[in-house]
Amino acid sequence: MIQLEHVTKTYPKASRPSLDDVSVGIEKGDFVFFIGPSGSGKSTMIKLLLHEVTPTSGKVYVNNRDVTSMRSWKIPSFRRSIGCVFQDFRLLPNRTAYENVAFALEVIGKSKGVARRVVPEVLELVGLGGKEHRYPHELSGGEQQRVAVARAFVNRPLILLADEPTGNLDPDTSIEIMRLLDRINRTGTTVVMVTHDSNIVNQMRRRVIEIESGRIVRDQPRGVYG
Amino acid sequence: MRLNYILTEVLTGLWRNVTMTIAMIITMAVSLTMLGASLLLYQEVNDMEELYYGKVEVSIYLLPEVTDEEREALDSALKADPLIRQYSHKTKEEAYAHFRQIFRGAPDLVDATKPESLPESFQVKLKDPTKFKAISEKYNGQPGIDDIVDQQKTLEKLFNILGSMQNLALIVAIVQGIAALLLVANTIQVAAYSKRREVAVMKLVGASNWFIQMPFVLEAIFAGVIGSVLAFGILMIAKTFLLDGTFESLTTVFPPILWTDVVLLLPLLAGVAAGVSAVTGWITLRFYVRV
Repeated sequence: MIQLEHVTKTYPKASRPSLDDVSVGIEKGDFVFFIGPSGSGKSTMIKLLLHEVTPTSGKVYVNNRDVTSMRSWKIPSFRRSIGCVFQDFRLLPNRTAYENVAFALEVIGKSKGVARRVVPEVLELVGLGGKEHRYPHELSGGEQQRVAVARAFVNRPLILLADEPTGNLDPDTSIEIMRLLDRINRTGTTVVMVTHDSNIVNQMRRRVIEIESGRIVRDQPRGVYG
Repeated sequence: MRLNYILTEVLTGLWRNVTMTIAMIITMAVSLTMLGASLLLYQEVNDMEELYYGKVEVSIYLLPEVTDEEREALDSALKADPLIRQYSHKTKEEAYAHFRQIFRGAPDLVDATKPESLPESFQVKLKDPTKFKAISEKYNGQPGIDDIVDQQKTLEKLFNILGSMQNLALIVAIVQGIAALLLVANTIQVAAYSKRREVAVMKLVGASNWFIQMPFVLEAIFAGVIGSVLAFGILMIAKTFLLDGTFESLTTVFPPILWTDVVLLLPLLAGVAAGVSAVTGWITLRFYVRV
């Protein structure tokens, strides 16, 4: 599903590479944590998978497609098969929960009819039934992140990337979001999550890949934070 | 849905930044008016050249004390000249009658001029109006000739004046055009900035590039088209009230500008405005905003 082969990424003007000769494979349906200190290269990983940055050398395969050599006009359709959740939610403040999720469908050309059918369903799935017409500022942090998860998942992506999704949430809310991601993972969606929340990693007991200074220092099937 | 979405985006985008939108439309309208005026002048000069160059003559003025032999010698020389298409002789009396006709609006001037003060002349039409120099060199200094005047020279002065008016209009059009395009670029940068959250989400969920860029480019095109319609209105008003009103009497000198020429300007100006705005908008998005 995801394959990195000897990937090195050096940002311009950086003294050392963010990722240094990293090779890793992730199977369909996996749930993977990327952990490591700030600046270790975790977020670069997400950006590589989204084709927001291209590697300095090496190959990145996502959904069996070579991302490194992908033509720029193909990137939008490629991104439709990937859902994304961030620490800062990235919701549109002037749109309701429903509209935020529907927006993601409408801008890729889905009709309003499709949105009317699918959006309430996915909001129900993330546990926001009845709160469709609330604006982000009327929702708690956890609820906002649920909207973001709904938006990422509404298009039924093959992969869900989560960049510190619990970074702004308290421990109890974080657990709830993790239960949600776990449920999504059980539908067959590959989940890749970048985090440094040790509690969560220790509770979930999933595959843990630890990165330090751009290198993979640990890859454990049912790991803990360390 | 898509059309509806894009139209709503365009209109809210223009309204959100309405002062800038107005500035953009006004500068575009001024620029396009000048462009239209310069095109009409260009057409006018062409029409006039066609109309007048067929009529231009070389006047060979004779000295008051010219003798009959000198006149006859000149007459036969002109008759034999291969460069000359036709010629006619104008006596002092005919010259005076013509003078009275031209200046009938100024009776004082006519009264002050005596018939004998106007010179007699030969009016010569050349086969090729540009060959004036050859004629001038050939006849200048021959006995009985006072002066040789090429009417084309006089016409050229007029055309030069019209030509420089046209150039001036074109320069104003270009300068205003540059200002308009900078405003377009700025408007789009502001619009893209105020919609940066939406754009970020659209990129994230995989909206196609044209779908993200289209509302911005359409904003620019919309402003361009409105500007061209305004410019067309100004040109129509100028035609109706200035050319057909105040300066109507000038149509004896200047061939009138046709309505068909003016109406043709609308699609032309709209096309130019829309095209240039779209390209500017697209370049702005591509190189400054990185949408």
